[in-house]
Amino acid sequence: MKIRIKFSKYGVMKYVGHLDMMRFFQKAMRRAFIPIAYSEGFSPHQIMSFAAPLGVGMESQGEYMDIEVTSMEGMEGAIKRLQETMVEGIEIQGLKKLPESEKSAMSQVKRAAYWIGQREGTAVFQENFFSQKNLDEKLKEFYMYPGEIIVTKQTKRSEKIIDIKPMIYKMEVLKEGIYMEVAAGSTENIKPTMVLKEFCSFHHIPYEEKNIQIIRMDLYTEKDGMPISLGETGEIL
Amino acid sequence: MRKLAFKDEILNRVEKPARYIGNEVNSVMKDKKEIAIRFCMCFPDVYEIGMSHLGIQILYDMFNQREDVWCERVYSPWIDAHEEMKRENIPLFALESQDPIKEFDFLGITIQYEMCYTNILQILDLSGIPLFSKEREEEPIVIGGGPCVYNPEPLADFFDLFYIGEGETVYYHLLDLYKEHKKQRGKRKDFLKKAAKIPGIYVPSFYHVSYKEDGTIQSFFPVEDGIPNMVHKELEMNLQETYYPLKPVVPFLRATQDRVVLEIQRGCIRGCRFCQAGMIYRPVRERDVNKLKEYASEMLKNTGYEEISLSSLSSSDYSHLEELVSFLIDQCKERGVNISLPSLRIDSFSLDVMSKIQDIRKSSLTFAPEAGSQRLRNVINKGLTEEEILGGASLAFKGGWNRVKLYFMLGLPTETEEDMYGIAMLSDKIARIYYETIPKEERNGKVQIVASTSFFIPKPFTPFQWAKMDTKEEFIKKARIVNHAMKEQLNRKSIKYNWHEPHVSQLEGVLARGDRRVGMAILSAYKKGSIFDAWTEHFQETNWLEAFMENHISIDFYTTRERDLDEILPWDFIDTGVTKEFLKKEWEKALKEQETPNCKERCSGCGARKFGGGVCYEN
Ligand code: SF4
Repeated sequence: MKIRIKFSKYGVMKYVGHLDMMRFFQKAMRRAFIPIAYSEGFSPHQIMSFAAPLGVGMESQGEYMDIEVTSMEGMEGAIKRLQETMVEGIEIQGLKKLPESEKSAMSQVKRAAYWIGQREGTAVFQENFFSQKNLDEKLKEFYMYPGEIIVTKQTKRSEKIIDIKPMIYKMEVLKEGIYMEVAAGSTENIKPTMVLKEFCSFHHIPYEEKNIQIIRMDLYTEKDGMPISLGETGEIL
Repeated sequence: MRKLAFKDEILNRVEKPARYIGNEVNSVMKDKKEIAIRFCMCFPDVYEIGMSHLGIQILYDMFNQREDVWCERVYSPWIDAHEEMKRENIPLFALESQDPIKEFDFLGITIQYEMCYTNILQILDLSGIPLFSKEREEEPIVIGGGPCVYNPEPLADFFDLFYIGEGETVYYHLLDLYKEHKKQRGKRKDFLKKAAKIPGIYVPSFYHVSYKEDGTIQSFFPVEDGIPNMVHKELEMNLQETYYPLKPVVPFLRATQDRVVLEIQRGCIRGCRFCQAGMIYRPVRERDVNKLKEYASEMLKNTGYEEISLSSLSSSDYSHLEELVSFLIDQCKERGVNISLPSLRIDSFSLDVMSKIQDIRKSSLTFAPEAGSQRLRNVINKGLTEEEILGGASLAFKGGWNRVKLYFMLGLPTETEEDMYGIAMLSDKIARIYYETIPKEERNGKVQIVASTSFFIPKPFTPFQWAKMDTKEEFIKKARIVNHAMKEQLNRKSIKYNWHEPHVSQLEGVLARGDRRVGMAILSAYKKGSIFDAWTEHFQETNWLEAFMENHISIDFYTTRERDLDEILPWDFIDTGVTKEFLKKEWEKALKEQETPNCKERCSGCGARKFGGGVCYEN
């Protein structure tokens, strides 16, 4: 049976990288006696996959992980048991039983929402950048701009020239910061800082990646071109 | 929410920021306002290594059981973080509270290998604690423990006190004493004086050493009244009832030992003459098998680890090994937990167990003959014969294994060229057994033999403590001879030969048998920028050579010089229970190529019987 777990990651836990988070959850499954399924072989591993890795230093309010369990009886009270084995900075938001036909979170991810702002008590590249009055208009100008926004993307082997314009779905001001929805997942993926950098260069603002705080707000799949949060599918446990 | 000592900017810059955040599962948080004593436990190497150490986990758990104590941890900041701290003037902090170490009552440093000595100075330096004990006033009391304190002399000036022996016994006593002292606002020196009277505690500043013209020790004696002449090692004789960390701290980062560790016994019955651990942890004390089973289940539950390993010297000698291992295999299958076994004597039992828990095609057999000939194995009292090795190998080959790892030492006392050739010949014989016993059609490729040699370094409290150590050049020459001999073997294509670099061995040799004068060289090396000497890529030999030269320290005096049997050795003031007479007898027997039986066969009267328990009373 497939289960999707939603959790948030904040505070000091933003410094625990993706692979270490996986190892953390593997151990948490055992501590919480979750009847998770194992692969065959000499060193069996848990059937578990994360929707999309989160970069070190970023916080998130919407992380997802799919697991396979061997019994539903053993899942009673699972959310409480799991929560009790967490550390400060990781919170289980919800557990859902997925339809058996559901594809993995990893293959479903199409969009990610981020909030970017200034880290408390620090200064970024331009004074009051995130609280400037006409930030909203500037954002609109940028993502409503009819032309292309060309960037060179460094991949493992080569450089790729791409237009990121169609990968930006939304940009608006939110609580002294910028909220954006951008392409994410295995086919198309852009970093929120890259969008911010392009935004600055569009408006001739010198950009520097310093004292910027990023929170991933949620992850989405798409249905008929519309975003649906990964947390929406399935029955609540 | 947790506040960190490093700001985000730094954490985003350094490699593996999770090393510095604390917050791990089972780490202990307390309210510092309600605490009488703050203790910071340190392993002076990088986090992933330090977190793998069982000893700290035991003491951490034991200290935190007391309501009046909060024990926290610190490890060596990696080089990138070290530089950040120097540049930004950030004092070294404990992981749990993120408070500066300087505010603590104690800084306890476990000293597991000589190559971490500069890291100890790094810890003191970054903490803002004066490096020399005599310059400290309000700063934490700096305590050293662990195997290297069986010769603490090279570090004597940097520590306020050393705890010699196993931590379970008198630490509470020391803490109580300190609590009283703190309440009465006593003087540092008065506390140290009282502490020095606790058995097992050595306060170096209360002792004076004088030297003869030839550089050897003239005398070593206490300079204050009431300070004991000898320091007796502390030993936990009741392993059944003592502390065991059932909720060990689980790191986020993958530690070197990323698993539950079950210590099945302490000490070793074997008495190999080069091995310090085999002497200083005498007598052998086994843990109760039923207790161990409980511990295992409990720890797996509390940590969620996916692997469990057994830890001890010579694990095959543990009397209930079969029972314990079959229990673990049953338990672990259900929970998807792997078992990692220590290297066991190769026999039908161990092969059966290995075939159950590992993929035979991927796992290898390990033998540690240590010496290439029977003669030299008698000298070192390694009770492992060629018949046993070849018999074990043949059994394993029939069982489907085809990888063998062999460990040897070069530079052992009395070694001749023949012994070096013996290493190659033994490797070849094992290969021959494979091709003789396994018919061509059943072979799973070639046999793969990896033979490694390390260089012998004489250690205090072993029968070889008086022995001459080889020079770097001799080591290299010997490794070449072995390499050459390997190339002459019939099955050379199935054998791979590795040898360690000798530079580090030489330094380790000086530090292992050094005296107080060596301390200044450690300081000079640190000042020249040496840290993480145990990491080949960071070891800077020239720093050390210069440091020795500037402090007029002759490397040869400490390494290649054979000591006289009645020379006063720097560590003679420590009583490990094993008598100097016994060690002398063993040294003489070694030179006569005579073996000594192990403690289970027959007691040889080493002296450790006086502890009143363990294997000494089992026969
Ligand atoms: S006293 Fe005898 S039995 Fe005990 S450790 Fe020494 S040699 Fe072994």
